Amino acid sequence: MPIDVAAIRTEFPTLAREVRGERLVYLDSAATSQTPEAVLAAMERYYRTSRSNVHRGVYLLAEEATDAYEGARTALARLVGADPRGVVFTKNATEACNLIAYGYVRRTLGPGDALLCTVMEHHANMVPFVHAANDRGFEVRYVPVTEDGHLDLAEAARLVADGRVRFAAFTHVSNTLGTINDVPGLAALVRDANPDAVVHVDGTQAVPHLPVDVAALGVDSYALTGHKMFGPTGIGALVADPALLERMEPMLTGGEMIRDVTLTGATWNDVPHRFEAGTPMIAEAAGLTAAVAFLEELGPDAVRAHEVELGATFLAALADADGITVHGPTTMAERGAAISFSVDGVHPHDVGAMLDARGVCVRVGHHCCKPLMRELGINATVRASLHVYNDADDLEPLLDGLAAARAMFAVGRSA
Amino acid sequence: MGELDALYEEIILDHYRSPRNRAPGLSGEDAQVHHSNPLCGDELDVRIRIRDGVLDGLAYDGDGCSISLASASAMSVAVLGRPVEDVLGLVEEFRLMMHGEQPGRADDLGDSMVFEGVARFPVRVKCALLGWMALRDAIDTFRRGDDANDVTHEDQHE
Repeated sequence: MPIDVAAIRTEFPTLAREVRGERLVYLDSAATSQTPEAVLAAMERYYRTSRSNVHRGVYLLAEEATDAYEGARTALARLVGADPRGVVFTKNATEACNLIAYGYVRRTLGPGDALLCTVMEHHANMVPFVHAANDRGFEVRYVPVTEDGHLDLAEAARLVADGRVRFAAFTHVSNTLGTINDVPGLAALVRDANPDAVVHVDGTQAVPHLPVDVAALGVDSYALTGHKMFGPTGIGALVADPALLERMEPMLTGGEMIRDVTLTGATWNDVPHRFEAGTPMIAEAAGLTAAVAFLEELGPDAVRAHEVELGATFLAALADADGITVHGPTTMAERGAAISFSVDGVHPHDVGAMLDARGVCVRVGHHCCKPLMRELGINATVRASLHVYNDADDLEPLLDGLAAARAMFAVGRSA
Repeated sequence: MGELDALYEEIILDHYRSPRNRAPGLSGEDAQVHHSNPLCGDELDVRIRIRDGVLDGLAYDGDGCSISLASASAMSVAVLGRPVEDVLGLVEEFRLMMHGEQPGRADDLGDSMVFEGVARFPVRVKCALLGWMALRDAIDTFRRGDDANDVTHEDQHE
């Protein structure tokens, strides 16, 4: 069923408010999405009726809390085509990337080994591995980005050719360029050179917007976060092959994650619980289950179709506007709906201020992609990102603000 | 749009469109500093020349938003030709003003007084302060006997 934006908008309370006397135009879902009523209700239900701790409780409330928490694992696994035993809850995608960096990469790679990363990564999927490389003495190799905003797969093939790449980390969809990467293609390329290599993908910007099936993608590990897919903040996941999790050490230790403890040591619980020390985010898990149901009800294919259509409208309008340069792929077939651009002669911060005065929320800055910014030769961009509650009505206030910014700052400037 | 007018006063836009003392170099400079704010991507170079205890030369260049570049421009006009101690006093007046206090030397701050309204926009305060903090650092650098320094502002300037 096609996306009915007007109906969907009524489910998001934030979208009903005004900002500075203007209709709220929320174009920052790549940073965080808005929350539908169903997610708010699920979290409230836990706090109002089932509040108790998970696991080991022998009373009804604790059973309900455990069901709420474990139900999120099942729901998320179903959404992305994974085994629930491979779903480790983390506080966000950054922690998921750190979990594989600490639990696997740091314990496995050393001098003489190499890790493949890309120039377009969000810091979350780069810094944990660079940090590990500096401590452990292995090499990090970067797949460059082509002029048109794609990963250079020919260069990637050269980078893995010597068979020393034992781990690869790259993003499914770029948070800055919007590029949808050829995940199976790059994964196959890495494994052709070294069949034992582990492939880790950052799916933060993919799961909220596209149908994702981790089994079909052929990856070993996949990071995602709840707050960009209509869920609450504070919950994300590392979705990994349970066999890989078995080979990993925990990053955090303590309660919940043990099988037995003595005064001199401990044995670990089964996966995935071994990686979830301490009382987890129970209300957030309940909210995430509702967010998954919300996405499933809309249908990931319908979400993608809506964004392809609306994204094309935005891309065409930005291409027609004076002094706007869009970064990244130019057709929606190659990209998601996070659209970064520069406004000629106007700093992104000033663009952001002009748009804010019109109730338009965009993100300005380096988008946690400083190496990519250097590659593009700029310090910052403006990024407008779309989701199911956006429609063509959101375009006019954006274009109006951009024109006003050009008129105020770019015209008549002598330096 | 009323809010926005306080941020983008006509004098600020004038300094942004027609910057004073913006130049890539300064002949016979004594110290140069590079200050950046990774959060918003502002980059600023400030070069100073000090003769007989007087700030007799200042040039700046960089890439930044209108607030940071206009503030550096207005600052250059306010401080050039003043004794170094006097300059540091003005830096402190401006810093206090950006933290919401009433500045004591309105006449000496000149055009820089219009940045008073920026104090109401917490995320932009660091932009307005960038040039002034770079100038203070350039003077410190010179006094230490160094000729260059590089500073990254991770958070709010102080």
